[in-house]
Amino acid sequence: MPNSDSGDSRLKPRGIFLVALQREMLLAYRRRSDIVNPLAFFLIVATLFPLGVSPDPKFLAQVSPGVIWVAALLATLLSMDGLFRSDYDDGSLEQMLLSPRPFVLTVLAKVGSHWLLTGLPLALLSPLLGVMLFLPVEGTWALVISLLLGTPTLSLIGAIGAGLTVGLRKGGVLISLLVLPLYIPVLIFGAATVQAGVLGMPVGGYLALLGAILVLGLTLSPFAITAAVKISVSN
Amino acid sequence: MKVFPALASNPLLEVKELTCERDDRILFSGLSFSVNAGETIQIEGSNGSGKTSLLRILCGISNHFDGELFWQGQPIETVREEFLASTLYVGHQPGVKLTLTPEENLRWYQALEGLNDFHAVDRALEKVGLAGYEDVPCHTLSAGQQRRVALARLHMTRAILWILDEPFVAIDKKGVAEQESLIAAHVNKGGSVVVTTHQLLTLPHQVRRISLDKNELRGRKSA
Repeated sequence: MPNSDSGDSRLKPRGIFLVALQREMLLAYRRRSDIVNPLAFFLIVATLFPLGVSPDPKFLAQVSPGVIWVAALLATLLSMDGLFRSDYDDGSLEQMLLSPRPFVLTVLAKVGSHWLLTGLPLALLSPLLGVMLFLPVEGTWALVISLLLGTPTLSLIGAIGAGLTVGLRKGGVLISLLVLPLYIPVLIFGAATVQAGVLGMPVGGYLALLGAILVLGLTLSPFAITAAVKISVSN
Repeated sequence: MKVFPALASNPLLEVKELTCERDDRILFSGLSFSVNAGETIQIEGSNGSGKTSLLRILCGISNHFDGELFWQGQPIETVREEFLASTLYVGHQPGVKLTLTPEENLRWYQALEGLNDFHAVDRALEKVGLAGYEDVPCHTLSAGQQRRVALARLHMTRAILWILDEPFVAIDKKGVAEQESLIAAHVNKGGSVVVTTHQLLTLPHQVRRISLDKNELRGRKSA
């Protein structure tokens, strides 16, 4: 074998998905300030909303499910543009594309780490926002679970837009236009879950719908993301 | 010393009637040549003549071209996985992450190739003169040292065809000589190298030159 005088010491290759996930986490750890950005945005919206509209607890209790969901959606969208940006700029993305390992797994690892660093913290932080916006306690669980089911879908759909626009100098606005229409069903069912939870109605149906959308996203979007990135890189 | 298995009479990579157009400007057209095992090919041409575009087509990133590519006699689309596993491309932006250390970067390159060999990483870093820099983030290294991180891959890879786009940018004289001897060793083992560089390559074996300049479009042979 070329350039390797120790064929025996070759260890079993690890799965590309886990290695890529580990690398993404390491990269995020080295640039911690980038992770905080969407979370700070999330918190700021929840803080400013009562100041700008009305601090009345009754009113806030009514609108808080929608406000929290919209804030989570925008926070995700805000962080989406950077998903492939740095890998595109420094050539990592073409190296991933040229790897004989399945590109779709590398891409999924990137999206997965995006969710772990954005969607998951948003969901875990949401009860705090619930308290700040006087969300009735009955809705808290519905809020957390709906965000846990909904935000992965947001990451997956957003990654398609990020893949398509990564080759453009200014993709920021375009990605919102491309992705927002696809975000709307998630938003509607997500916010409806919390409303139902607040009113003490069964939330199972809404959660099932969110879950179904997630499964749809998980199975179909990886191909769309890969194709989108390939188009951008091959230009 | 031939290390790569002797391949059938087919050339490694064959390019037939390649035409590339960018922004309504034809960079090259009707370009045909083949890369045989144990051959070094230097792509020449003035700035903007399409050297990088050609290499990006050859390595399989770009599909903005007319013409056909064959890997060991078979259309490249049908053997893409095998082709990718046998090819190594180092471009202008070689994919070195500045926030990662040289060691972490090389570990990632290995993972992309399906390798997992810690000792090879150490050896490669030592060979490119980065021993002792394993644990510092790449952004603290100089441009030449960052380039060396990318070129350290050549010491680890199992690919038979190397496609190198201006590999010697920012590399000092001693480093260039080292890379040249590495290329020579690779060719001796039966590997092939396609390279663009404005420098004069000093290699012990023959280098075939292909020029992309308009007046001398077809490949011509010279020592």
